Amino acid sequence: MSVSDIYIDLFRNNRQTIDAGIAPVINGCRERALQALSEYGLPNKKLEEYLHFDAEQLFAPDWGMNLGRLKMAVDYTEAFRCNVPNLSTLLYYLAGDTLVQSESAARVQLDNGVLIGSLNSMAKDYPELVEKYYAGIANMERSGIASINTMFAQDGLFVYVPDGVVVEKPVQLVSLLQSKVDMMVNRRILVVLGNGAQLKLLLCDHSIESRNALSVQVVEAYVGSGASFSYYDLEETHTANHRINELFIEQQSDSNVELKTITLHNGKTRNTIFATLAGRGASLNVDGVAITDKQQQVDNYTYIDHKVSDCTSNELYKYVLDQESLGAFAGRVLVRQDAQRTAAHQTNRNICLTRTARMFTQPQLEIYADDVKCSHGATVGQLDEKALFYMQQRGISESEARTLLMLAFVDEVIGNVKLEPLRDRLRRLVEKRFRGELGHCEGCNICK
Amino acid sequence: MKQNDNTDNSLVREISNEKYKYGFTTDVHTEIIERGLNEDVIRMISAKKGEPEWLLEFRLKAYNYWLTLEMPKWAHLDIPEIDYQNISYYADPTVKKDGPKSLDEIDPQLMSTFDKLGIPLEERLALSGGVAVDAVMDSVSVKTTFKKTLSEKGIIFCSISEAVREHPELVKQYLGSVVNYRDNFYAALNSAVFSDGSFVYIPKGVRCPMELSTYFRINAAGTGQFERTLIVADDDSYVSYLEGCTAPMRDENQLHAAIVEIVVLDRAEVKYSTVQNWYPGDENGKGGVYNFVTKRGHLRGVNSKLSWTQVETGSAITWKYPSCILSGDGSQGEFYSVALTNNYQQADTGTKMIHLGKNTSSTIISKGISAGHSQNSYRGLVKVGKNADGARNYSQCDSLLLGSNCGAHTFPYMDIQNETAVVEHEATTSKISEDQLFYCNQRGIPMEESIGLIVNGYAKEVLNKLPMEFAVEAQRLLAVSLENTIG
Repeated sequence: MSVSDIYIDLFRNNRQTIDAGIAPVINGCRERALQALSEYGLPNKKLEEYLHFDAEQLFAPDWGMNLGRLKMAVDYTEAFRCNVPNLSTLLYYLAGDTLVQSESAARVQLDNGVLIGSLNSMAKDYPELVEKYYAGIANMERSGIASINTMFAQDGLFVYVPDGVVVEKPVQLVSLLQSKVDMMVNRRILVVLGNGAQLKLLLCDHSIESRNALSVQVVEAYVGSGASFSYYDLEETHTANHRINELFIEQQSDSNVELKTITLHNGKTRNTIFATLAGRGASLNVDGVAITDKQQQVDNYTYIDHKVSDCTSNELYKYVLDQESLGAFAGRVLVRQDAQRTAAHQTNRNICLTRTARMFTQPQLEIYADDVKCSHGATVGQLDEKALFYMQQRGISESEARTLLMLAFVDEVIGNVKLEPLRDRLRRLVEKRFRGELGHCEGCNICK
Repeated sequence: MKQNDNTDNSLVREISNEKYKYGFTTDVHTEIIERGLNEDVIRMISAKKGEPEWLLEFRLKAYNYWLTLEMPKWAHLDIPEIDYQNISYYADPTVKKDGPKSLDEIDPQLMSTFDKLGIPLEERLALSGGVAVDAVMDSVSVKTTFKKTLSEKGIIFCSISEAVREHPELVKQYLGSVVNYRDNFYAALNSAVFSDGSFVYIPKGVRCPMELSTYFRINAAGTGQFERTLIVADDDSYVSYLEGCTAPMRDENQLHAAIVEIVVLDRAEVKYSTVQNWYPGDENGKGGVYNFVTKRGHLRGVNSKLSWTQVETGSAITWKYPSCILSGDGSQGEFYSVALTNNYQQADTGTKMIHLGKNTSSTIISKGISAGHSQNSYRGLVKVGKNADGARNYSQCDSLLLGSNCGAHTFPYMDIQNETAVVEHEATTSKISEDQLFYCNQRGIPMEESIGLIVNGYAKEVLNKLPMEFAVEAQRLLAVSLENTIG
């Protein structure tokens, strides 16, 4: 029995429990997802896209799933450590897949028709709106992850920003894992930005217990013409936490999107981004940082589809790999025949600190249009010996010099975060990470 | 501009109008065995060549393993189903049992074929200063020139079937040691049915005084070509080896699945250059050769060096990754490639650099040019093993697009397991520069010639690595293949 069959059986035997209390919009997509999963299965190493990450294997253990939606006792004040000083956000917590609003967010009156809330309750209150977008771009023929997520999806976050509305405060979503047993959590996020709308979304993944956990998250984001969307995804969990995150995004003309994925602490992580530039003049920036040690594994896969002409995409991923960790990056840029005057640039730079750390990189270009400017570059190397020597000569200890150089290396990504308080916070977190002080932040209850 | 076409431009015109000039067939008496593949066919090939038992066993092992395999599908290629039972696996244009003893004995038709191909056989060679040639037609080595001069230095340059007879210990030691018959689908197929090819052995400390060269030609219809080349460069030796390929124009697709194995020992150096010009099919994509080749060099010795240079302009489909296994400390691998595709040609080509020894280095320069409706992909692997301290790689692959119906793709893979490795990869894709074209046109150079000029300039970095005679031929080839790309 293959792994996907186990989940198909589980799904069939518990269909009533899964559907209970969930909006018909969400329940209505399950059959289609089941079909896709039965046909294509879960991705494993036989697929080129999953060459270095066996997702099927991650699903194999006997994970507990909270299909009955029992209330979990999560004290979200414990997650204080993801507080960003000087940054006032609309703060929400996801305990498992259940949305909890922070007191501060509850006090803010959302106007101009902006909707932020639980996906399930929004799907009940605004069925037409959610139906229009839900499971629209999450291509299940293409991704077994989207299939399994849609099959079991019960809740998550829904954000809707109508045409021309600017959400000033960043929306921060803290996902927490807390359970006394090994758990798999299935979350779903849907973001819709109307024409000319603006939104900043900050996702933080944390875990409270050190049990094994697998979080499977699918994000769908629709970005209207001239809209602007920033998406920051920070993962800071621990080595028993595995995560599979898949982001599907579709951009209309002249829209502006910034995606940043930062992995500081994790077990095995796979981040997939499927971006489609569907309107002329759209621009996309995709960045990522991964800092790994022990037996951590980080695999970033991006697929940027230039469907129409005059779009721009820029990509920069940086990895620092220590001890026995494993990093993988694969990025594919597809420029279709009609996508003339495309500019697409992709860069992946990596530092391996030890012999046992391992890096795979596959920057790929697939180009069918002739009037394009495309490039990619990838390097794997070490810290610059000359720079190290220079600093030591000036009385900086070797370890300090190394830390400084590594900070400088990842700052190319961190440094261009537009939100200043967040940028400072990230710099601080990264510095702590390099100094091995992670899990000892001052603010948070568990670390005290 | 019109007038110009007739005068200065005559060379390009002349070549352009020729289209594929190697498209003739020669009416040489050829013995072709029945189409199809089974153990009996393999026994028959082996018996025809009077091979020893161990080689037959090697073939049968490979065949039985091949039966368990499926055609690889991972490449960015659209390969139609190939009926392996509808191919004749052996075609022998010489039929005379003992092979020709002197030039007079060679079928005059055959000689004129080589005249047409412009292969400098013995007499011309004596004048032109010397390239030793092994000509392989329909898988059987027809003639090897300059053997005597070479044997004085202890160099062995002969067909592989002769080597099996004359130097069985060398062949037995090295055959299949770089490309195992289990390596891939086509390698298994080749190991089972290979009919001939070249064998080169350069003894210790010998610098081969001349370029060694093999011309491959598929002549008979309905046949596949499965040649096998084995080059062994012993300690402190040097050799430069050239390979050229042509085939007649036919509506059907012909299969070419070759293996090249190169063993480079301590401080030895091998340069391997290919100008591949198999029939690419007509402008509607009909016919053409399927070129599925496994080429690999094993740099076993310290400070050894292997350099692959290839100019790929022919073949309907190319699937080819000349590779280096850098296991000797301080060994160096190089790969220089120009791949040009036009009309409906498809190419998925590149290299693998596998760093195992300490302080090894590799350079990859790949230039892709796509025109017409063709698809041109670079696919390359750079792997640095755990113990490959100080490994260094630099890769650059550029693609040039001529026309809006073609595709250019880049798929590099890097797999790094050592913290001291420095690996760099860069790639760019762009259209031919309008400014450069305008500049040329402005100075009275017609469009087509300007393109030829710019493309040649673009490919110069690689063409420069070719030996003299080949560089000239390669430049002409690029011009021919580009004919009518921009109109």
